[in-house]
Amino acid sequence: MTVATYIFGVLSALLTLGVVVEMLRRRRLRERHAVWWLIAGTMALVIGVFPAVLEWAADLIGVEVPLNLVFFVSVAVLFLVCIQHSAELTDLEAKTRTLAEHVALQQLRIEALETRLGSVDRHEQTAPHSRAHEVRAVDDDARGRTDEQ
Amino acid sequence: MPTALERTLIVMPAFNEEEAVRQVVLEVFEKLPGVSCLVVDDGSSDRTIEEARAGGALVARLPFNLGVGGAMRVGFHYAIEHGFDNVVQIDSDGQHDPANVYALLERLADADLVLGARFAGEGTYTVRGPRRWAMVVLSTFLSATARTRLTDTTSGFRASGPRAVRLFAEHYPAEYLGDTIESLVIAARARCVIAQVPVSMRARAGGRPSHNPFKAAAYLGRATMALFFALMRPPVRLHEAELTR
Repeated sequence: MTVATYIFGVLSALLTLGVVVEMLRRRRLRERHAVWWLIAGTMALVIGVFPAVLEWAADLIGVEVPLNLVFFVSVAVLFLVCIQHSAELTDLEAKTRTLAEHVALQQLRIEALETRLGSVDRHEQTAPHSRAHEVRAVDDDARGRTDEQ
Repeated sequence: MPTALERTLIVMPAFNEEEAVRQVVLEVFEKLPGVSCLVVDDGSSDRTIEEARAGGALVARLPFNLGVGGAMRVGFHYAIEHGFDNVVQIDSDGQHDPANVYALLERLADADLVLGARFAGEGTYTVRGPRRWAMVVLSTFLSATARTRLTDTTSGFRASGPRAVRLFAEHYPAEYLGDTIESLVIAARARCVIAQVPVSMRARAGGRPSHNPFKAAAYLGRATMALFFALMRPPVRLHEAELTR
């Protein structure tokens, strides 16, 4: 290994860690999402600074070409991050869905309240009951406007 | 004491059904006097909301499309909030005859969930090919889970009694096919009594059922997967306090 590649390896690892830490600092990344990247960056830095660690680890596990261990660990980390993202996405979808359901129910309540108060906003699609429909129809007639959505 | 119909909420999930929904709502009110009808607009881009209101139904509007499961959850929550005992799901495309609701409600006397089954004698509804196989496979497994013979498990015509309404308001699945397959598994495992009643099905007022064999095969696959995962999930229990109520 030349000095250039050594420096290149160390700098890449530092850059990765730097980006992750900076994003954490600016709250662009939450800890729970950053943890895998921090682990990967730290491992890259350790191996970049002490390449012997990689050879030792590969020898320990019985991997003939140390580079293959790097590939294996990289793929494993990416896989775990992907799974975590899928799980988070499912979570978010469930939350969005619940919110949408609540919005629909709240809207019904608002419409019922407005109908009861008799102050139906004609700009809105309100009036769930037939009585309110009549009220609105009368108002629309008076103002000479048509129902618009 | 209000009648069974007055304690019943008809829930109609509707997605772009402007052609049929008004007629269906009018027919519901005509054949089921005293009933309440909630159309849940599932993010339609057409005039479904106006048409449903023109028919006289209450309309809940979902801001975007959630599928039948999401729409039904709104219906169950609404039923709980407003003290309805029973929820009857009817398709907004007109393939279910509201007159059959009487038979469904009658059966609710000794069951928690009643399915309106299309192949149980009445009507002229037939299906062939992979779609038929899918239905056979599903009904075999689900009959075993529900401890009763079910011939049409994907029917969207079903009535839920008070216990099922409480269960579904919390645990109605929202995934694809969850509203039919997984909801049955959830109900059966929560020890709800499931029954079926033969109903006649009419041709849809709008739209056409698909007979594409590839789509049918994909449906079989997804249905099998949905069933498999539904059976693997931990069962949901109704609280003891609710069981004795």
